[in-house]
Amino acid sequence: MKNEKLNKILITGNEAIAEGAIQAGCRFFAGYPITPQNEIPAYMSKRMPEVGGVFIQSESELAAISMVMGAAATGERAITTSSSPGISLKQEGISYIAGAELPAVIVNIMRAGPGLGNIWPAQSDYFQATKGGGHGDYHNIVLAPSSVQECFDLTLSAFDLADKYRNPVMILGDGMLGQMMEPIQTKGHRPHTKGPRSKNQKPWAVTGCAGRAPNLVASFRMAEGEMEKHNIHLKNKYDEIEEKEQRFEVFYTDEAEIIIVAYGTMARIAKGAVKNLRAKNKKIGLIRPITLWPFPKKAFAQSPRPNTQYLVVEMSNGQMVEDVQLAVGGRCPVEFYGRTGGGIPSEEEITKIIYGKDV
Amino acid sequence: MEKTFNLPQSLVDIPTHYCPGCGHGVAHRLICEVVDELGIRDKIIGVAPIGCAVIAYKYWDFDCCEAAHGRALAVAVGIKRCRPEAIVFTYQGDGDLAAIGCAETIHAANRGENLTTIFINNTVYGMTGGQMAPTTLLNQKTATTPGGRKAKFEGYPLKISELLAPLPGVAYIERVSTDSPQKIIAAKKAIKQAFVNQQQEKGFSLVEILSPCPTYLGMKPPDAAKWISEVLSKEFPLGRIK
Ligand SMILES: Cc1ncc(C[n+]2csc(CCOP(=O)(O)OP(=O)(O)O)c2C)c(N)n1
Repeated sequence: MKNEKLNKILITGNEAIAEGAIQAGCRFFAGYPITPQNEIPAYMSKRMPEVGGVFIQSESELAAISMVMGAAATGERAITTSSSPGISLKQEGISYIAGAELPAVIVNIMRAGPGLGNIWPAQSDYFQATKGGGHGDYHNIVLAPSSVQECFDLTLSAFDLADKYRNPVMILGDGMLGQMMEPIQTKGHRPHTKGPRSKNQKPWAVTGCAGRAPNLVASFRMAEGEMEKHNIHLKNKYDEIEEKEQRFEVFYTDEAEIIIVAYGTMARIAKGAVKNLRAKNKKIGLIRPITLWPFPKKAFAQSPRPNTQYLVVEMSNGQMVEDVQLAVGGRCPVEFYGRTGGGIPSEEEITKIIYGKDV
Repeated sequence: MEKTFNLPQSLVDIPTHYCPGCGHGVAHRLICEVVDELGIRDKIIGVAPIGCAVIAYKYWDFDCCEAAHGRALAVAVGIKRCRPEAIVFTYQGDGDLAAIGCAETIHAANRGENLTTIFINNTVYGMTGGQMAPTTLLNQKTATTPGGRKAKFEGYPLKISELLAPLPGVAYIERVSTDSPQKIIAAKKAIKQAFVNQQQEKGFSLVEILSPCPTYLGMKPPDAAKWISEVLSKEFPLGRIK
């Protein structure tokens, strides 16, 4: 990793997120160990000092998210990473960050729940990630990579979106994606600079009030009507994000009679199934949401045929399926197949579910 | 005649929301006097707690950041590590610092974070209606200990300052009070020391201020001050702890 010119590297999804953060200019990491994302803090503990950044192994996830809040308040690009139970602990802090309109990146490499569950890959935190998660009227922007390359690329996007909208951005992956190794291309991305890069770039940041009026970073709004005014301001921001930032991939949807909808690791497996089935002349395609919030409704604006069937496949008991139903708006049938608790639907399973047999 | 008692430049000239006889206003003023005297207004960043002092930033005329209940020190750590040249302090009540934020307090101190903490010990949760705090005295009546705090069920008053003192990362701890003019002068000296320590990169400094809450002690302001000097200071002795 030392060689900046090196542009093709073999790396895990977790490390790709960490390196993406470094190359995005993130200079603050705080986190508490939890499987299956431990490669991120390990990588950051080595890499942050190399670029003049800060690495803190915090006493808890509660502390980690608040440390990130403090770092973000100074204008620094900051990140915290965890997995499902740890992300539950961070929710109060994420809500404060959303309320105070701070940019921050939060990574959830999901494992199976509820409770301690197990450390197998899962997609069962979709509701928590996309519907607010913590208390109050707010939204995270949620990005769902489905390859190691995308772990890197979407981390760069996450920091840009966080700064652009002054909003928390969550990267939602799972244990399989985090642990998987693939070659990725980092060439063409911004080279990192040493030390904090955002000095005085954010006029609202708390840095000491030399030469200007004091700044305040807070979510508290007690005066009558102030909170409502603020939440309407947030709503307008969210509307703008919904309009401008929907991202998705369509794969073989032309003339498709059946369209699978899947994200992250599940989309990768579904893609394999679609490829095989297309080779056997089955009219099947895939829509892969890349932004989970805003949900890419635009991808469903027009169905290829009036009787297209949608099949949502998830590593959960069915959470994204509700957003697909809303996006399809009753125009076409929406079915669901999922495995949960660490179970992962295979290509064969998906094929059988659709055609009732191997094809 | 020369005017010798002025409003500190760092203190905003508006009435506060605090109850009559509350100690928060005195502590706010002392901090602002110290900030002015050290000439650090343009590089200080305050972290306000969740508690009665939640809007302390309305009275402090310098950069401030909010923190979730108990997380002031974590927020301060994030700020200070990114801006080591700034002077960063937290201002926290006993619920915030010694109950819900106990882990953040101990670990920030143990890492020797170069920060200053002003700890307001009023023995109750003022903001939420006078419930028991970790620092509530035995037999003290609160909204949630109507028969008085009992060791058997609620444990003993938590002496967080004494608990922190042995940690190698801790540079300075002093317990002060605001129940008389002399003690207010001593309190200011301690606050100043805690900020100077940060300027000199000495590590974690904490000043615990025994502070009256007449409303939830159910006392008139002079009686609350007397109670601090005659009762509370016996359980929480004043002076340098480290
Ligand atoms: C997570 C969370 N739990 C509880 C509360 C409610 N709450 C607000 S302030 C407070 C206690 C404040 O007491 P203390 O820290 O002693 O400060 P004081 O008000 O006495 O100055 C509580 C329990 C909250 N805001 N957030």
